[in-house]
Amino acid sequence: MSSCTCGGQVEAKKEAALQKLFDRYRDYKGGLIPILQEAQNIYGYLPKDVLRRIAKELRIPLSKVYGVCTFYAQFHLKPRGRNIVRVCLGTACHVRGGSKILEAAKEHLGIDNGETTEDLKYTLETVACIGACGLSSCMMVNDDTHGRLVPEQVGKILDSYE
Amino acid sequence: MEMVKLIINGKEVEVPSGTTILEAAEQMGINIPRLCYMKGLSSAGACRLCVVEVKGARALVASCATAVTPGMEVQTHSPDVMEARRTILELLIANHTPDCLTCEKMGECKLAEYCYEYGVKESSFKGEKHNYPIETSNPFIVRDMNKCILCGKCVRVCDEITGQNVMGFAYRGFNCKPAPFYDDELVESNCVFCGQCVAVCPTGALTEKQMQKKGRRWELERVKTTCPFCGTGCNFDLLVKDNQIVGVASNPTSVVNGYALCVKGRFGWDFVHNEKRIKTPLIKKDGQFVPASWDEALDLIAARFKEIKEKYGPDSFAALSSARCTNEENFLVQKFTRAVMGTNNVDHCART
Amino acid sequence: MKNLDQIRQKYVEQYRRKLGKDRIVVGLGTCGIAAGGNKVLQAIKEEVASRGLDVEIDFTSCIGMCYCEPVVEIALAGAPSVIYGNIIPDKVAKLIESHIVNKTPVYEWAAIQIPGEAAPYEGISVMEKFPYYEKQVRSVTSRLGRTNPESIVDYIATGGYEGIEKALQTDKQAIIDEIKKSGLRGRGGGGFPTGTKWQFVYDAQDDKKYAVCNADEGDPGAFMDRSVLEGDPHSVLEGMMIAGYAIGADEGYIYCRAEYPLAIRRLNLAIAQAEEHGLLGDNILDSGFSFRIKIKAGAGAFVCGEETALLNSIEGERGMPRVRPPFPANKGLWQKPTVLNNVETYANVPFIIRYGGDWYAKMGTETSKGSKVFCLTGKVNNTGLMEVPMGITLRDIIFSIGGGIQGGKEFKAVQSGGPSGGCIPAEHLDTPIDYDSLTALGAIMGSGGLVVMDETTCMVDVAKFFLNFTQNESCGKCTPCREGTKRMLEILQRICEGEGELEDLDTLERLCKVIKNSALCGLGQTCPNPIATTLKYFRSEYEAHIIDKRCPAGVCTALKVYTILEDKCTGCGACARNCPTGAITGAKKEPHVIDTEKCIKCGTCIPKCKFDAITTA
Repeated sequence: MSSCTCGGQVEAKKEAALQKLFDRYRDYKGGLIPILQEAQNIYGYLPKDVLRRIAKELRIPLSKVYGVCTFYAQFHLKPRGRNIVRVCLGTACHVRGGSKILEAAKEHLGIDNGETTEDLKYTLETVACIGACGLSSCMMVNDDTHGRLVPEQVGKILDSYE
Repeated sequence: MEMVKLIINGKEVEVPSGTTILEAAEQMGINIPRLCYMKGLSSAGACRLCVVEVKGARALVASCATAVTPGMEVQTHSPDVMEARRTILELLIANHTPDCLTCEKMGECKLAEYCYEYGVKESSFKGEKHNYPIETSNPFIVRDMNKCILCGKCVRVCDEITGQNVMGFAYRGFNCKPAPFYDDELVESNCVFCGQCVAVCPTGALTEKQMQKKGRRWELERVKTTCPFCGTGCNFDLLVKDNQIVGVASNPTSVVNGYALCVKGRFGWDFVHNEKRIKTPLIKKDGQFVPASWDEALDLIAARFKEIKEKYGPDSFAALSSARCTNEENFLVQKFTRAVMGTNNVDHCART
Repeated sequence: MKNLDQIRQKYVEQYRRKLGKDRIVVGLGTCGIAAGGNKVLQAIKEEVASRGLDVEIDFTSCIGMCYCEPVVEIALAGAPSVIYGNIIPDKVAKLIESHIVNKTPVYEWAAIQIPGEAAPYEGISVMEKFPYYEKQVRSVTSRLGRTNPESIVDYIATGGYEGIEKALQTDKQAIIDEIKKSGLRGRGGGGFPTGTKWQFVYDAQDDKKYAVCNADEGDPGAFMDRSVLEGDPHSVLEGMMIAGYAIGADEGYIYCRAEYPLAIRRLNLAIAQAEEHGLLGDNILDSGFSFRIKIKAGAGAFVCGEETALLNSIEGERGMPRVRPPFPANKGLWQKPTVLNNVETYANVPFIIRYGGDWYAKMGTETSKGSKVFCLTGKVNNTGLMEVPMGITLRDIIFSIGGGIQGGKEFKAVQSGGPSGGCIPAEHLDTPIDYDSLTALGAIMGSGGLVVMDETTCMVDVAKFFLNFTQNESCGKCTPCREGTKRMLEILQRICEGEGELEDLDTLERLCKVIKNSALCGLGQTCPNPIATTLKYFRSEYEAHIIDKRCPAGVCTALKVYTILEDKCTGCGACARNCPTGAITGAKKEPHVIDTEKCIKCGTCIPKCKFDAITTA
């Protein structure tokens, strides 16, 4: 039986990088913030388990680690998708059925607003207005703006992103 | 000790250096309101209710965190101070569940007390309020963060007294709140349910689950007692209504423990009124436990001990004592074992 | 003690050789890079290579003229430096052809020239006479846009590290006295006298002390510190070293916001260079003085610009301010005596030590000495960075240096000091600015951000913008700031939505007063300033929103009423075709009308109308 092991290799690499971090910061005064910054660089976000391990290694209470993570805007506790989908819910899009676009996106991706798909392909967010009211309803995927949308188009557009 | 002279509300006062303005005022019988200050905990200076006017200062200063200086002139209730305190109270109640009529803390709530004192009936601020779910998933503590005023005493007591650090401040700004790791519920955290946080909480944010609907705070008689669970000898007050214990409250005058208690002392009193509690000695007769009088039971024990000692010798006897006994009781156990039974076979559950 | 004489001599020669060649220098600060400076540099390299020219290609930092980035400087050997603005890659070929090959500047693209000792070109403004620079002084910013910020050779050759050299031979108290004599006050906002602050730390008895640099510049519209860090990082290190020596510290931290990656990169480079030259580390220049500097990157919290929050953040805590006293001078970083100054303050120090406190104190006003770096942004013609003597008027800054208001519109106000500052109206334009005069106007000097507003700016909206900012950035520790900013923002939102009541203004005034009086930290105490000043100087605008349900500047969407001017409308139908809600109707070539019930005020129609027939008044 042959199975792909590259996932495991990626994890092992991250693990090794994390271990290196611990060695570097274990006795470093005030190391919590730099270690969180670097751990986030390794994992793309701050997994709960990694936070537990940081707390243990640095001998800092868990609640304090969480308090620091949630204080600074830079830290993300949930994985973010490779593609950030932003459905506009500004006034113009709202009256033109922006919420139906959002519903279509939610249904297609199987996630709620603010969530990320399990395969880490998409993060779904809403935005107050992207300034393309003439094209309402609209949605942004990464830096591309898609306008004059009807719910039926949403799936096809989303599928075009890797 | 170096003494410092200052003037509070026009009267000169002399206090040891290092004393805070709040403490100095207290010595003169002036009551300054405070929500985040507590003797024995570090000062946060966060609630700002204790602000006073100090001549020459750019803004009002937090009296709980500011030490007196020589010649300082302090006004504790000037118009600016009163305006600030009233506004702060209004800001706090604007984001607070207004269910005082059914609130468990009613009667002991510091926020209600100060609103009464400062005549704050309602808030002139309309707007968003927190809408957190109320946490009731553990057997001891009810957490209603909608009533939290972020004094942070729970955070500090968990750190500085219990040393458990379950609670920390999470998030920031308007969304700031004390929370365990990952904002999980207490049962999922490393909380040991000592309940110190409940004891110091000035509002209804943290209340004792066992006391819900058991009585208003002013109906409860406080009976000082010693904890029966171990030999530490912690003192606390039993809260009694209609001859029934409904709860336990810290008694800060306790020499041994101050207001600190453990889960057993604070929440483990429910055995007292338990129906299954054994109230008389039981003697097994024909395979059944039968209630007996103390005289009857003690006579039986004495007779059987004597019999065993005569038949098998003193070393056939051993005594194991309990940490729930007092020192005196433990002394008597070993005295009895050695002097009466004639053996050194005596031990204690806490010896290991 | 060793000195730098030998090395300086070598570097001066090296630097002179560089200046003695034909040179092209590209401005590569963050602003220059954002405007495409790297592409211009690439195009220059290719052009020079393809022509086989012997030209020194170098880069520098921001000279301050953000309004005409990317900026390129060309100097022929022995001729004046010409600074060109708005150079895009397409212009590079002509520029090199003309200026380098044919030895003739491209006059129409030239912004200014710096002749030095050479005879100036006719027809190009000399920097000192150019309106943007005429009223400026260049002291802290003297190397910005002139030297290569990544080269310690340039720094030392231009007098760098003379200050620390001199300081190490001076008595510590004498250094502090010199700083006191200079009258230097903290450039980060508070304006506390720097010498006095150093004295407190010097007097504090402890075995360990720290010198910390606040580089957490977070005000919207302020980038002075970024420019200094990117353009002259060694000057900040040198300032910190002098402070460290004077107060008896052996360790320094620079707390820089993570959003300034270029600044952090150049600082790291500068630290490495200084260490290589024995200017940082153990026993500096054999003087017995040891000093190390570490960089801490912020993690995205505005409040960390507050000094005690900053210290907590360095310690790895939440950036929540501490109660004071104790002040950082006695119990700062890790409870040790700590001097905390911002970037610009430290950058001033080497100059004061080199030229003396008296030299520095000659500039400025009675209570505010020296020069101040400002960032001018908003609706002004020349946006950018500038250094001016204290005591200059706002009118000089906005109209002489800034070139007046964009599009010939009317000046309305200037916002000084960011979210902690206030809006100053036209009647105070002639106030000589220093710490005290700005405070008297209800604003603050702050770090030096100046945002100019014209008649199309709604002052209620401006107040709302700043409150939204502070409310988002409030740390949440103290009640007045945490709850008060939320309520003030909600009131402002209601007013902008047309749902305000006159009592709201009293409530706002009360909140402003109480928060200012009772908040825990400096940020909390000053966050009502944008509201307090707009209420004081522009109350009628608030009243128009509340009583007439009208936004005089036509900014607040909810209060706009879109109408088509019958006499201007040609009936072309462009607006109707683009209206997302079908609110515009009309027959062809007949004036159209807007159904206000259907109109959602999105504004799509306005740019579509070629005849200016749609108004929102």
